[in-house]
Amino acid sequence: MKRSELISRILIITGILLAVGAPLFLWARTPLIHARMAEDGGWNPDVIQAEVGKPLHLKITSDDVVHGFAVGQMDMRSVDILPGKVTEVTLNFDKPGIYAFFCTRWCGLNHWRMRGTIEVSGASTDPQPASVPLYVSLNLDLDAPHDAPVVPTGKPSATSGQLLEANLPIDQSADYYRSHSPYEVFESLQNTSLTEAQRWDTVAYFWQSNTTPESLANGKQLYAQNCAACHGENGAGDGVFADDLAEAGEASMQTMEGAMNMVMQVPVDFTDPRRMLGASPALLQGKILRGGMGTGMPMWGVIFTEKQIWDLIAYIYSFQFEYGN
Amino acid sequence: MNRIELTRIPFIKNALKSRYPQLAVFIVMLIGYIFAILAGLIGTPVGSHNFSIVFVWIAWWAILILVAVPFFGRGWCAVCPIPLPGEWLQRGAALSPPDKRPKWLNLRVPKMFRNIWLQNISFLLLALFSSVLLTTPNITGIVLAAMLFAAIGLSTVFERRAFCRYLCPVGGFIGLYSQTAPIELRIKDKQVCVTCEGKPCYNGSSAGYGCPWDVFPGGLTKNTYCGLCMECIRTCPHDNIAVNLRPFSADLAKPSTRMDEAFKAFIMLGSAIIYAGVLLGPWGAFKDAAYNVSSNSWFIYAIVFLAIIFVILPGLFMLGILNKKNTLPLKQRFASLSTALIPLGLMFWVAFSLSFVLTNASYILAALSDPLGLGWNLFGTAHAAWQPMFTSILAPAQTLALVGGLIWSARTAQKAAGEVKVSPIPVIIYCFIATSLMLWLLL
Repeated sequence: MKRSELISRILIITGILLAVGAPLFLWARTPLIHARMAEDGGWNPDVIQAEVGKPLHLKITSDDVVHGFAVGQMDMRSVDILPGKVTEVTLNFDKPGIYAFFCTRWCGLNHWRMRGTIEVSGASTDPQPASVPLYVSLNLDLDAPHDAPVVPTGKPSATSGQLLEANLPIDQSADYYRSHSPYEVFESLQNTSLTEAQRWDTVAYFWQSNTTPESLANGKQLYAQNCAACHGENGAGDGVFADDLAEAGEASMQTMEGAMNMVMQVPVDFTDPRRMLGASPALLQGKILRGGMGTGMPMWGVIFTEKQIWDLIAYIYSFQFEYGN
Repeated sequence: MNRIELTRIPFIKNALKSRYPQLAVFIVMLIGYIFAILAGLIGTPVGSHNFSIVFVWIAWWAILILVAVPFFGRGWCAVCPIPLPGEWLQRGAALSPPDKRPKWLNLRVPKMFRNIWLQNISFLLLALFSSVLLTTPNITGIVLAAMLFAAIGLSTVFERRAFCRYLCPVGGFIGLYSQTAPIELRIKDKQVCVTCEGKPCYNGSSAGYGCPWDVFPGGLTKNTYCGLCMECIRTCPHDNIAVNLRPFSADLAKPSTRMDEAFKAFIMLGSAIIYAGVLLGPWGAFKDAAYNVSSNSWFIYAIVFLAIIFVILPGLFMLGILNKKNTLPLKQRFASLSTALIPLGLMFWVAFSLSFVLTNASYILAALSDPLGLGWNLFGTAHAAWQPMFTSILAPAQTLALVGGLIWSARTAQKAAGEVKVSPIPVIIYCFIATSLMLWLLL
């Protein structure tokens, strides 16, 4: 073989090996977390290992649409994950445990299914016993009907209620508020001289006095980010995804009615007074923490902190009550 | 017609005659091609950030249709990496002249396939799946790899470049449109070829290989099937091969009489119109149908696509040129007059391509720095934002291309009509209507 031919062959083979080997090598050395719509697999990998006290560097990319990334119960700003772009995130964990990470952008019908876990190992520097949620200690049946038998004719006004409430026999503790539905408090006022409408106004004021403008603002923001797509911006259960979910006949939106009958579950209408005035904050806490169990309602216990859930609940009641300034 | 022989310039002649510059380009192109396959397979599935989509369907396509084909004809074929591994295997050499022993099976391609019908079909196959192909990196990677392996397979079974000549989906239209290019490879003196013993340009010699494109250079009258591989420049013992600069569309003066080429013109014209409507138009349902391969709406899209290309466009053309008084067979008139559609189709593709190339060219910068979408920033341009370019000149440039194409095709129609002794008016009206439709779709 001529020398020129030999050199040519060496160059060609080197070139081909380089074209194949270099990208493969670099690709294998660049671990990426891929985000895809839940229908196409969600997060990959969806389980990440980490250690307490050791920064966790993540590189995340989206393979389809814009997603977001955040870790539940952690004080972090969610970051956007853009298609074809790589977003880097560094996380620090000071407690061992299993953390949930989730998508924060309405990426598709099953957006809420886009979740993964970070398993953080290591010794805890500050061991804290887990507290039992209120709905558990109250032994509430989250799935039992809880409709209020009586509802007000209009939206009760906290401002009107403020003038009436002063000397009424209402337990002012947070526990009382959280463990009673507005209807139950309304009922407790039946031996007073107030009219029915005045009693509802009083309840409205009682509900307002158990929250703060900051909590309501925070709840509103959480609601807009996480709930509105299904439950609707105004709480009427008519979010942009509600119709799509019904149309898609998602299995997750079906539920049993009786022994044989399957019905489509629709997002709860928070403007329905019968439903909302019969629900205590503790009951709502349970529903939010646990999720809808077989409906499209995800479990939020791993995402929201306890305070966030109370803020959210406070905001949800504002669909029923006219709060003053 | 005036021609300027470029091969008179010693630098050009030496560069073309030597195998080294070509080999150097080949190696670079092959590396790029293989990288594009890999990028498609392992890179981000987001097309706009994957090298395979951005460099093949935006950068390469822009260069091919806006520069290479109009100005260099089959210039792309001269540097295309697809046939190389097969050809090297077939020859048993990457650089050295042949050792006379035929490699592999070395069969002749059966006569029934020695036309461009297979190329018409392969182009249409890609065209029908183009919405998915052009946007999905792994499909692009698979198709690029399939073409490479098909070329290797055909090289081991058949003689010469059977893939390029008879199967390549791109080669068919490059050949058709290369007739309009201002560059050609031709012999200098026919008499020299007539008396040349052994015809080494076709049969090969110790100086080089017989024409890989299965063309006898002595008989070359048009660019369609000359791949500009420059092998004949190396093998001609009489220095009788020239590369010339010439006027645009010189080959179209002698209209083709082949139906495969005539239909190629319709396929290209029809595809450009359909793409302008489906890919660039405002109709979401069309886009969905084109994208959702194997859905019912896609089947309807495919049937309509094929009907436009094989029935409606040629049918209307045929109606226009029906003339019972003419003694020439209708088939011959059809084939000859369809020559007018060659410059028209080319300019349709130029106008169509301008819009998506200028819109998406900025992706090239980002993909250059992060070709696999892994978060690299090789040249500091990974975060270059998407930014449509030259938007103010887009519509004027498209209008210029389309109107220029119409004038060009009208002149071609006049010449072709003269050859078959019919009036060019129906063909010109046909071209006018097609151009108006394209203008409406694009602007």
